[in-house]
Amino acid sequence: METVTYALLAALGNTLVDVLPIALVLFGFQFLVIRKRIPHIARFMTGFACVILGLSCFLVGLELALFPLGRSMADQLTNVDFVYGAGAAVEAITHHWADYYWVYLFAMAIGFSAVLVEPAVIAVAIKANEVSGGAINITGLRVAIAIGVGVGITLGAFRIITGGNLLWFIIGAYVVVLIQTFFAPKQMIPIAYDSGGVSTSTVTVPLVAALGLGLASSIPGRSPLLDGFGMIAFAVLFPIISVMTYAQLARAWERRATKSRRPD
Amino acid sequence: MIGFARSLLGSCRDLLPILLVIGFFQAVVLRAPLPDVANIAVGLLLVVLGLTLFVYGLELGLFPIGESMAYAFARKGSLAWLLAFAFALGFSTTIAEPALIAVAGEAARMAALEGNIADTTDARAFYALELRLVVALAVGTAIVLGVVRILKGWPLHYLIIGGYVLAMAMTSFAPPDIIGLAYDVGGVTTSTITVPLVTALGVGLASSIKGRNPALDGFGIIAFASLMPMIFVLGFSMVV
Repeated sequence: METVTYALLAALGNTLVDVLPIALVLFGFQFLVIRKRIPHIARFMTGFACVILGLSCFLVGLELALFPLGRSMADQLTNVDFVYGAGAAVEAITHHWADYYWVYLFAMAIGFSAVLVEPAVIAVAIKANEVSGGAINITGLRVAIAIGVGVGITLGAFRIITGGNLLWFIIGAYVVVLIQTFFAPKQMIPIAYDSGGVSTSTVTVPLVAALGLGLASSIPGRSPLLDGFGMIAFAVLFPIISVMTYAQLARAWERRATKSRRPD
Repeated sequence: MIGFARSLLGSCRDLLPILLVIGFFQAVVLRAPLPDVANIAVGLLLVVLGLTLFVYGLELGLFPIGESMAYAFARKGSLAWLLAFAFALGFSTTIAEPALIAVAGEAARMAALEGNIADTTDARAFYALELRLVVALAVGTAIVLGVVRILKGWPLHYLIIGGYVLAMAMTSFAPPDIIGLAYDVGGVTTSTITVPLVTALGVGLASSIKGRNPALDGFGIIAFASLMPMIFVLGFSMVV
């Protein structure tokens, strides 16, 4: 228990240091440029304190409960001994991409579920719901982003295993984004573009990085430094595609619903 | 109180999928027992409590602060101060970002290994600092650009797609060992506290300007913040 208390205090200190520059900018501009009393200042400060305290608890909890298991899992699943059985003759291993089915399933599942606890994603979904007057469903948007990250990371794992060129995968995904942009509902495009950067944060990045690094170091001919990086790029790109797809599907369902409601 | 209990329940629901995934792989695929059950239980409790507090504080503090600053700047009507604020917000949050500090340190180690910089502590620290400054400048510029876009009402997709085409073109000229890093820094720079603040700022600006639609014009700043560091780091690697 003592170690937990200590970890909490340390995390609180770190979060305070991280927040300090933001607080300085906010209050500096408020007092020097805007020069107006902040209305409901007590409420603001309570909210700010909740955010800092909440984030610290969240980080310590992740480090205690989820990250050690997640990291060691990424390590074990990508290990050649696990994929081909312990003691398999190393020279005989062909590293066929289909042998890594557990890795793909893990990548998909961990990408999807990590996004669902990502605080920044919750924030953007709440705002999107508010701005659209309730038309954008909070859970729907979060699930759409989660699917995108799951698919993206799975593809990222596939790329490291097969050794394809990162650039071609990225260009391919951008072409899809480009085409979708012209057909997706205009209202959703900025939200879709934002969701890419938002999804890669506190929970997702450490788990995805562990998976990428584990894969790159267990497969011969891959460099952990060159191939291990680049997983995040997939996790940024694919939510853009999945959110636009979600918007297109939602519009299609809506049209169908209004059509059936209007008998002619 | 009922509201708090409901959001606690919501946080539990959010946590459930990742628990199931980790439990499944631990028990069924790896067939290993859970180590340290007490620690895990305390950790899960902290995650749920932390997430609930964060979301609560979001609605009470971060969103209103971002929005009220946007309204105040719009009323004041001073473009220069608004842009200075946007830049300062982006720069200051990024320069102190722990994820970026970690990545920059790793990149410096890599550059020293490859022989691109001298393998001394000073040279590595200088390289890492340079990298962080470049990325912080990029995010500051990105938020300024995002705010200008909202004020002018430019369509987002032309700018973003143009930016990505530029990044792709630069990729073919940049040294290969920087590319993976450049692609990743974009995702790393948008932190959990910056995202709600910047989103609220954008939506606040869009709703205080006549003729702007908050959904269509208020979002999109984060998209610039994940694109711009890529361009800046690629550019930096070509110049140096």
